[in-house]
Amino acid sequence: MFRTALRNVLAHKARLLMTVLAVMLGVAFVSGTLVFTSTISAAQKKSSEKGFTGVDVAIQPHRQDGDKGNPGDAPKLTQRLLDQAAAVPGAAGVTGTVNGFAAIADKHGELIGEGFNSTGSNYYPGTGGKDARYPLKSGRAPQGSGEIALDAKTADRGGYKTGDTVRVSVDGPVLQQKLAGIFTTDDGNVSAGGSLALFDTATAQKLYGKPGEFGEIYVKAAAGTSQAALKSAVEKILPADAEATTGKQLADEQARMIAQDQDAQRTILLTFAGIALFVGIFIIANTFTMLVAQRTKELALMRAVGASRRQVTRSVLIEAFLIGTVAGVAGLVTGIGIGVGLRSLLKGNGAPLPDGPLVVEPSTIVVSLAVGILVTMLSAWLPGRRAAKIPPVAAMNSLHAVPTTRSLVVRNAIGGALTAIGAAVVLTASASNTMGLGAGVVLIGVFVLTPLLSRPLIAAAAPVLRLFGMPGKLARQNAVRNPRRTAATASALMIGLTLITGMTVIAGSVQQAIDKMATSSMKADYVVSMASMTSLSPDVEKKLAAHPDVTATSPLRMSASRIDGDFQNLTGVNGATIGKLTKLDFTAGSFAGLSGDKVVIDDATARTHHWGLGSSFPVTFEDGKKGKLTVSGVYKGNDLMRGIMVDVKTVAPHQSEISDRQVMVKTKNGAGESVKESLRKALGDNPAIQIQTKKDISNGIAKGINLLLNILYGLLAMAVVVAVLGVVNTLAMSVFERQQEIGMLRAIGLDRKGIKRMVRLESLVISLFGGVMGVGLGVFFGWAAGDLISKALNTYELVLPWGRMGLFLLLAAVVGVLAALWPARRAAKLNMLSAIKAE
Amino acid sequence: MTTSPYGVQTAARPTAVAARATGLTKVYGQGETQVVALDAVSVEFRQAEFTAIMGPSGSGKSTLMHCMAGLDSVSGGSAAIGDTELTTLNDKKLTRLRRDKIGFIFQAFNLLPTLTALENITLPMDIAGRKPDRQWLDMVVDTVGLSGRLKHRPNQLSGGQQQRVAVARALAGKPEIMFADEPTGNLDSRSGAEVLGFLRNSVRELGQTVVMVTHDPVAASYADRVVFLADGRIVDEMREPTADAVLDRMKRFDAKGRTS
Repeated sequence: MFRTALRNVLAHKARLLMTVLAVMLGVAFVSGTLVFTSTISAAQKKSSEKGFTGVDVAIQPHRQDGDKGNPGDAPKLTQRLLDQAAAVPGAAGVTGTVNGFAAIADKHGELIGEGFNSTGSNYYPGTGGKDARYPLKSGRAPQGSGEIALDAKTADRGGYKTGDTVRVSVDGPVLQQKLAGIFTTDDGNVSAGGSLALFDTATAQKLYGKPGEFGEIYVKAAAGTSQAALKSAVEKILPADAEATTGKQLADEQARMIAQDQDAQRTILLTFAGIALFVGIFIIANTFTMLVAQRTKELALMRAVGASRRQVTRSVLIEAFLIGTVAGVAGLVTGIGIGVGLRSLLKGNGAPLPDGPLVVEPSTIVVSLAVGILVTMLSAWLPGRRAAKIPPVAAMNSLHAVPTTRSLVVRNAIGGALTAIGAAVVLTASASNTMGLGAGVVLIGVFVLTPLLSRPLIAAAAPVLRLFGMPGKLARQNAVRNPRRTAATASALMIGLTLITGMTVIAGSVQQAIDKMATSSMKADYVVSMASMTSLSPDVEKKLAAHPDVTATSPLRMSASRIDGDFQNLTGVNGATIGKLTKLDFTAGSFAGLSGDKVVIDDATARTHHWGLGSSFPVTFEDGKKGKLTVSGVYKGNDLMRGIMVDVKTVAPHQSEISDRQVMVKTKNGAGESVKESLRKALGDNPAIQIQTKKDISNGIAKGINLLLNILYGLLAMAVVVAVLGVVNTLAMSVFERQQEIGMLRAIGLDRKGIKRMVRLESLVISLFGGVMGVGLGVFFGWAAGDLISKALNTYELVLPWGRMGLFLLLAAVVGVLAALWPARRAAKLNMLSAIKAE
Repeated sequence: MTTSPYGVQTAARPTAVAARATGLTKVYGQGETQVVALDAVSVEFRQAEFTAIMGPSGSGKSTLMHCMAGLDSVSGGSAAIGDTELTTLNDKKLTRLRRDKIGFIFQAFNLLPTLTALENITLPMDIAGRKPDRQWLDMVVDTVGLSGRLKHRPNQLSGGQQQRVAVARALAGKPEIMFADEPTGNLDSRSGAEVLGFLRNSVRELGQTVVMVTHDPVAASYADRVVFLADGRIVDEMREPTADAVLDRMKRFDAKGRTS
């Protein structure tokens, strides 16, 4: 039996190729997604991983909740604590660290790396005057306020050598630092593509905190002292606002945090893998059904010459196993390639993905091969059983056996019920998880219903097809002749397009909503902020206000406060100019006269506190002083502007450190490149500061959304390739089954062109059927999700991307045309006489 | 055996020739596997005549019909429908010729299961984009007795009815000549007799020309003339055949087959 199966595999090379390709693509789709996921996850994990090898106990500030302390007080670790920790019994050494943001410019003034991974810290010389964490490659440790050290990768990227002057920006003004040394580090952020600049401890403290204060203190245990023993020793000297943790606890906590961070992303990617798996299973099952159907006669012959049913089934299964193994391995290799390609494609598009080695987890290999082999065998098993039931006489029967069409009643009932339940869940869902589940159920329901839907939907195409004369009419009828097969073929495309259309609809609507929010609530020409989204030095606003073109500026300045016992950030704005820079919808009052104890609040705050125009409330400012504020306006808040706004002069006296989140700027001549350039010059050509127009902001938002869409489109491309194969398979099968008809049509006068057209139109009809269903379902999901989104984003409204939708349908049409190329040619080339005689 | 290099010339009847083969040769394969299916066959089929082609298996009778009908290519000699020489036509013109001038009836009916009986009948004209001649169509449908079943699909019809639809399809376009390949091969004797009756009527009453390949002496007896083929050559012909006479003639092939 094994030999027969092997012969069968090898006997029909074209058929073999099609099947292997189908299985291979299914597997590649799955393994590619898995490889991409694990590679990105591993790289991200590494980038946020700090080595805790030299850390036995870490002392970290611990903010206490409740009414103790002033709202503005952030707990700090003092030099005294450091000294005490060093003297604790069992401590072998201490390291105090201060961390923050440090943008490094390359020689052309461009930022090296991305804002989010440009980090700065202190070089903390331990015993022997060296910091064990940062072994120096060249030069020496930075000393005094004018020197820095850079990690070797960043120095290399910037083209810097020791002794060069490097432009660095921490919170606004550009610092010209001498590069004292270049070091190597195993810091995860650096190995993932970030930059690290080191200052001496005093400079770092000045830049990132206060002199004599540390962000974290690491204590190293002496030989023979356990982490736990050291921790309890350290705890004895700790003030109330600090806590000690062992290195192991930190590492565990970090691992947990990273896993949590990646959870959402992993879910999304695994959802894709799941869909990939579904479509993959589908195409494989389809192919095998056809493969066995084509061989009815051969299998019947085997039965006739004495093979048992079991032997027939087994021969089909062995064949499936062989194909599954070969295709599974090929698919896995292709998938790894896809995973790598996807990442470089995304990076090429500017996605902030961390660097890291390719990760192929054992589970990826197992899952991929299991999909390849098991799914192939499983999908061969059903048709194999059917094949075994073929009566031996079928081998001899000269009459073409018409496949009995089983009733679709049960199937339609199940499909209808699933669709209805799913749709009900989608429409009533109040959380995205429930909605996703409902959407999945709808998709499966519609998938079950496709044979039923194929008739009316394809009939709707009749008027167009009529233009093509007889071939058009025949194509339409052929397309609905085997509704199950047509449905199965169209479904592969439908699933892909549903997903893509849904996402495109949502993404487009969200983008429009954010755009609207950004542009409708802002009158400022520019928004100035840090690339890292950290706070700006107040210097920036002063410099901007002094610029001759600038007519109005206002910072958005955060100041902590306590209201009703809860922490609440007050947003300090320039009360005199804010009205010229923003355009907010006031339900009561206005910005007018925003000064002193006057505040404007958003509608959400008004509701929570039951405040209205004229309401007064007590407030504790960040330095602990108490005051009273009065509501002089209530506006409709959005994601860019919300909360309590107060004049900067009101909060300034209470602030020890001023940090602006952003500065809004209005200029004489509006937004323009030359003005922007001149503003940039005024700020000292600072690589860390970004000056954005309204358009830049919405482009920035669009960039993020487009990136997501591009990932999806990449997956779509794969789904399309799989769909093409599915359609090719179906058409090849149709042509094979109908060769007698085709021969007759040729004999009675349909020319080759007509035959080709007939096959092509059938293909087109099936593909467009899938396309229309996919786009339709996608729009439905997009519309249904809108309810959920508009709760979080009140400017949200459904925007139908007609252009894209048209494009998707066009794509479906292209799939149809491409898939028909070979089957149509084959049909046209059929030898009429043998076709007529074929049974 | 009464063979001549150019086949058997039948006694003249004052009618035009509907189809003619001259030195028609068909060779399959090459070298050692070469098979000569038709060996310089010359034959004429006259208008308004019902001709049966008979011969043992492998005699080349089907090949002759296929070549004459423009379904198969020719290795040598010529074949013509009316004044049109087939061997010089390209595929497109040949297809058009089949569509407009030839009617076909196949052993396995070969109807399209998705079309109704009427749609099947008018299929060649629909392909051509021509409107059927209503009067003629009605008459054809009446003749084959399908008036009540035009809306039925092939799987709702009996074998005999299906073949009658096929006959109607062949007739509907008023072809210059109809070719029937074992039209009764899949029918019981009663339905077969019906179909043969229609073919004979279409010749006698509608003035059609029919060429039928068969191995059934009874079927051949409906024809006006029987042409016998053996080993790719025309070996005999018979006018006004009876089933017995044809059977006798066929038995001689068998005897020869067994002795040679």
